[in-house]
Amino acid sequence: MSFRKAAGGRIDRNKPISFSFDGKTYQGYAGDTLASALLANGVHLVGRSFKYHRPRGILTAGIDEPNALVGVGKDDAHYTPNLRAPVIELYDGLKAESQNRWPSLGFDIGAVNDLLLSRFIPAGFYYKTFMWPKSFWTKVYEPKIRAAAGLGRAPETPDAARYTQVYQTTDILVVGAGPAGLSAALSASRSGKRVMLVDEQAEMGGSLLHNLTEVIEGKSASEWVADALTELKANPKVTLLPRATAFGYYPHNFIGINERLTDHLANPPANLPRERQWQVRAGEVVIAIGSLERPLVFPDNDRPGVMMAEAARAYVNRWGVLPGRRAVIATAHDSAYRVALDLKAAGIQIATIADLRGDVSGELVSAAEAAGIRVQRGAVITGTRGRKRITQAHVARIQPNGTAAAPEAIACDLLLMCGGWTPSVHLFSQSRGKLTFDEALQAYVPGQSVEKERSAGACRGLFDLGAILEDGWKAGADAAAAVGGVVAPFRVIDVKGSVKESGGYLGALPHGRNVNTVKAFVDFQNDSTAKDIKLAVREGMRSIEHVKRYTTTGMATDQGKTSNMNALGIVADTLKTPVPAVGLTTFRPPYSPITFGAFAGLARGDLFDPLRKTPSHDWATRAGAAFEPVGQWMRAWYFARPGEDMHAAVNREVKAVRSSVGMFDASTLGKIEVVGPDAAAFMNLLYTNAWTKLGVGKCRYGVMLREDGFVMDDGVVGRLAEDRFHVTTTTGGAPRVLHHMEDYRQTEFPHLDVWLTSTTEQWAVVAVQGPKARDVVRKLVGDFDLSKEAFPPMSVAETAIACVPGRLFSVSFTGEIGYELNVPADYGAALWEAVFEAGREFGITPYGTETMHVARAEKGYIIVGQETDGTATPDDVGLGWAVGKTKPDFVGKRALARPAMSAPDRKQMVGLFTEDPKVVIEEGAQIVLDPNQPVPMKMVGHVTSSYWSPTVGRSIAIAMLRGGRARIGETVYIPMPEGTIAAKVVEPAFYDKEGERLNG
Amino acid sequence: MLIINCPYCGARPEVEFRHAGEAHVARPAGTESLTDEEVVDRLYFRSNPKGMTVERWRHVHGCGRFFNAVRDTVSDFFVTTYKTGEPKPDLEALKAGAAK
Amino acid sequence: MVDISSDRRTVLDGLQFTSPADAEVRIEPVAAMSRLALRGRPGIETAVAPVFGFNLPSTACTSATAAEYAALWVGPDEWLVTAPDGRVDVVKAALEEACAGVPHAITDISHRNVGLTISGPKATWVLSHGCPLDFDLAAFPVGMCTRTLLGRTEVVLWRRAEDTFRIEVWRTFADYLIGFLNEARKELAA
Repeated sequence: MSFRKAAGGRIDRNKPISFSFDGKTYQGYAGDTLASALLANGVHLVGRSFKYHRPRGILTAGIDEPNALVGVGKDDAHYTPNLRAPVIELYDGLKAESQNRWPSLGFDIGAVNDLLLSRFIPAGFYYKTFMWPKSFWTKVYEPKIRAAAGLGRAPETPDAARYTQVYQTTDILVVGAGPAGLSAALSASRSGKRVMLVDEQAEMGGSLLHNLTEVIEGKSASEWVADALTELKANPKVTLLPRATAFGYYPHNFIGINERLTDHLANPPANLPRERQWQVRAGEVVIAIGSLERPLVFPDNDRPGVMMAEAARAYVNRWGVLPGRRAVIATAHDSAYRVALDLKAAGIQIATIADLRGDVSGELVSAAEAAGIRVQRGAVITGTRGRKRITQAHVARIQPNGTAAAPEAIACDLLLMCGGWTPSVHLFSQSRGKLTFDEALQAYVPGQSVEKERSAGACRGLFDLGAILEDGWKAGADAAAAVGGVVAPFRVIDVKGSVKESGGYLGALPHGRNVNTVKAFVDFQNDSTAKDIKLAVREGMRSIEHVKRYTTTGMATDQGKTSNMNALGIVADTLKTPVPAVGLTTFRPPYSPITFGAFAGLARGDLFDPLRKTPSHDWATRAGAAFEPVGQWMRAWYFARPGEDMHAAVNREVKAVRSSVGMFDASTLGKIEVVGPDAAAFMNLLYTNAWTKLGVGKCRYGVMLREDGFVMDDGVVGRLAEDRFHVTTTTGGAPRVLHHMEDYRQTEFPHLDVWLTSTTEQWAVVAVQGPKARDVVRKLVGDFDLSKEAFPPMSVAETAIACVPGRLFSVSFTGEIGYELNVPADYGAALWEAVFEAGREFGITPYGTETMHVARAEKGYIIVGQETDGTATPDDVGLGWAVGKTKPDFVGKRALARPAMSAPDRKQMVGLFTEDPKVVIEEGAQIVLDPNQPVPMKMVGHVTSSYWSPTVGRSIAIAMLRGGRARIGETVYIPMPEGTIAAKVVEPAFYDKEGERLNG
Repeated sequence: MLIINCPYCGARPEVEFRHAGEAHVARPAGTESLTDEEVVDRLYFRSNPKGMTVERWRHVHGCGRFFNAVRDTVSDFFVTTYKTGEPKPDLEALKAGAAK
Repeated sequence: MVDISSDRRTVLDGLQFTSPADAEVRIEPVAAMSRLALRGRPGIETAVAPVFGFNLPSTACTSATAAEYAALWVGPDEWLVTAPDGRVDVVKAALEEACAGVPHAITDISHRNVGLTISGPKATWVLSHGCPLDFDLAAFPVGMCTRTLLGRTEVVLWRRAEDTFRIEVWRTFADYLIGFLNEARKELAA
């Protein structure tokens, strides 16, 4: 660690740490970041750039890093690509690798893009170059571009880490724990209200952690931070959240915060989440996220060893690292002089300060000159040398006409730049607050707020430490007042050692070199240059939004933190308009990249979605059933015996239902209890059928329409009492139907005394179907008279079933004699087993949803959602008989009366018999009348249900066919990739059309 | 996630609610004599304004009640909520209030 | 007749209730009980008093309890009533009689829901992993009850004490919900 200072900084020299980068082992200390540790080892070259594969080093000391992106992880299951080296906390055994290089970081084939091919890849090159021929795009251009460009590689194994999400409510949220944020939290914490302080770094304090010059209230900056944190920690109503990035500002002060819990640990406990996504609702928000230093745009400003000035100061003061031995400093702002003084004090030779400003003076400049530092006024960098590390900076005087004179080559291993400071307005802008352009600062600052928030400190353009601290204090107190808390009186915060700083520059710098060959980078991460932006403007882009997309400036994962303002400056300069006239791109969440895992949270594996199981689930599993998901339900699909495939199992199950008896778990059917004095009146309005005359103990098949007259749901309804109906719905339709019924109950018919309760889960339902069904059920209902005279089809009774209070229905969805046995759900599993035992002597056969589907299709019973698609009227699907023609009103009645709803060419439900009885048509297949017509053919319908029918001994299908009922007897065609299928149009009922079997 | 003020339960998170279409649209009841055009208008045509819109919402994962709301489609924020059956607020007055 | 009346199987059987995080948060099943969905027009609040010994709570999201009964406001005309197991027919009959003068509806939902108790110093922290409500005592006082969301399930949440909540959930969601709560409290393992 030859570049480590012997003392100083916030690292713990008693805790050495071993880590590796690209397979080579290095040493660092507890408290280091990967970036500080690499710099301490003299490693500057850490990555290759996105497009040109240029060698890149560490540019910043924080979240704004565009260059030093690395992959970290001990194996693929713990691997994260594209992490920023300056924010990776070092731990023992950390394994990092560079990205976007092949075969190695030092020798990268892709660098040919920079040396030879770059004139072929100008701004917008992918819009221009790869236009023709079209077929080349997917086969040639895209794969080549993808292989050549891009950043880290995505891991291929499932992420081994856990992620959680938690909602929290707080009265005051302070984002950022630098001077403004800490001060705001201190005053807010005296409010008696709940306060949260979040900061993206491991250590709170922000810029105060590397500020060795200023004295706050008689304390060093770091002592002041420590005291502030001690006070905050002692307050039980204050939550401190380090390692937590507020990444998104959503409506009504809903803030997304990503907390990293284990990335800094060598051996994280398995029960801890790697990341916790906080979703915080705050009464008031104080934004105190500081400002970002701007690069200067000069040729070859991207070599390893070129760094932001304040970043170098942070590496020296906070991490005890010397980022170089001999530095050239290029600046347009006074703050770089402070950097020069601190670096010089640490033993770094300052070769020169090249200040863009011709007439610069002031306390800091004088101090630098007094310290013997050469200051060149009105000077600019026109180029640099050194492929993998800077070796020279070319410093030129700016001539009176604004151009650069012949440069002087100055040897250096570090080039620091400071183009001034950009307030971080990201969160404010995300909150939809209006930004205003501050002419004096040449920066956008927060203007009119939309949310209950306020910005404090540097993020609103304050750069004097005393002013920042007092601004933070006031913001915290104002927030306290806004939430009705105790308001801390204004506090004068005395700061000594402050010097007023000013300056700044937006845009590209003069260099006097061939504009076609030099690269002066604006966006380091996306490799876009000043030339690209000027080209975009020349080619007609005027809005910054267009320039952004054409050049991709600001579109990388750093969201243009270092590039946006310089890009604006270049566009404004090229267009000769003021900066605010160019506009500003929209800041969108996330502020910095967030892992997918944090967004998934607990919703993975079994917790992705609830899985609802029926009472017979365990029994069916033991019996070898295959299951199918129906919404959130898991239903038995078929019960294959050893050696059977699905086809054989379904054939056997259907035959059993037709010849003997089958049992089926119908518990998933939606059930709604409609109760109240006006229950029948309500049913009359919600269903097409007439309910008034339905006797107690009787059932009716009901059809429900939407107001537009189309079929919404169906189901059997039993009348249990004058004022009580047991309504069943389709499995998938239950919540929708209840919502629909509630809607009308509450908003259209509030005068009716009726209430609705979902009882889907109250009742377990076993359907017993087949010629022997009565014999089986008789064994379970004691003295209850099941004879067809006493309890004919479509009856309901509240009676004991297997000695528990139940509801017995005589209903059939198979066309056979059928019963549905409802018992309170806790008894469902026992009832299933009891029915199976009772049916054993009759060879009772459990069947699944597939057999249910086949059996009902043989009878021509529709399934809502299969035959209907939201555009079918009752008549379209053969249910015209269920519409109460004489009823004055029901939902959908008026719409049904529109002529279009009874047009003869509507799609109507028909049956299809394929010419070849063995051919089973694919469901969803389209129907045409003339198979020889040219493509595109005129489609006249589609197949909705299609099965092999073991009962009929051939394939059967149901279709919705235009004018279908008039086409019965005709032949239609179904063109398929394997050939056209011919089918005869028939009545949509294939078995026992007269319903004789129900009378058995 | 917005906060929505349920007229029964008070301020609650948006995930508990479900949007239910434009408010104050009369249903084409079977008992009314309407032209087909009027029926189609009530069924299919909605105002979709820029600015104040009047909507139905349901606190479906809360008290279960439908209610009405005025929402500003520009800001996405709710302006006011009120119980079903209560009269439609004066949108011009609300606009004037919001502008203050 | 076959008799299954003693073969009652709750969906909570076999689910994982113990956890290394028990010291911070306990999750326990609530024994079977009678549950009724009670609905009605104004007037029903007082009509039930002879049965319960209290009026139905008419303030949103509040509850009333006495002896063996509890009534939870879950909507402006909707209460979730609980009573000891096996009493549903008796209670329903008594309520029908007491409410005869007020339009009303009573529906048995004893088996629709299952009950869980979540308690301990970190109970609200674990609940907050799936529920966006503010559990500060000022915002969600003891006795408050409400339907809301917990993870991807709808629940009725009822605060019984500062650190104790009752969760009522539809039976087929219990498996998921307990899995969700167990996963959320995993980080609290001792």
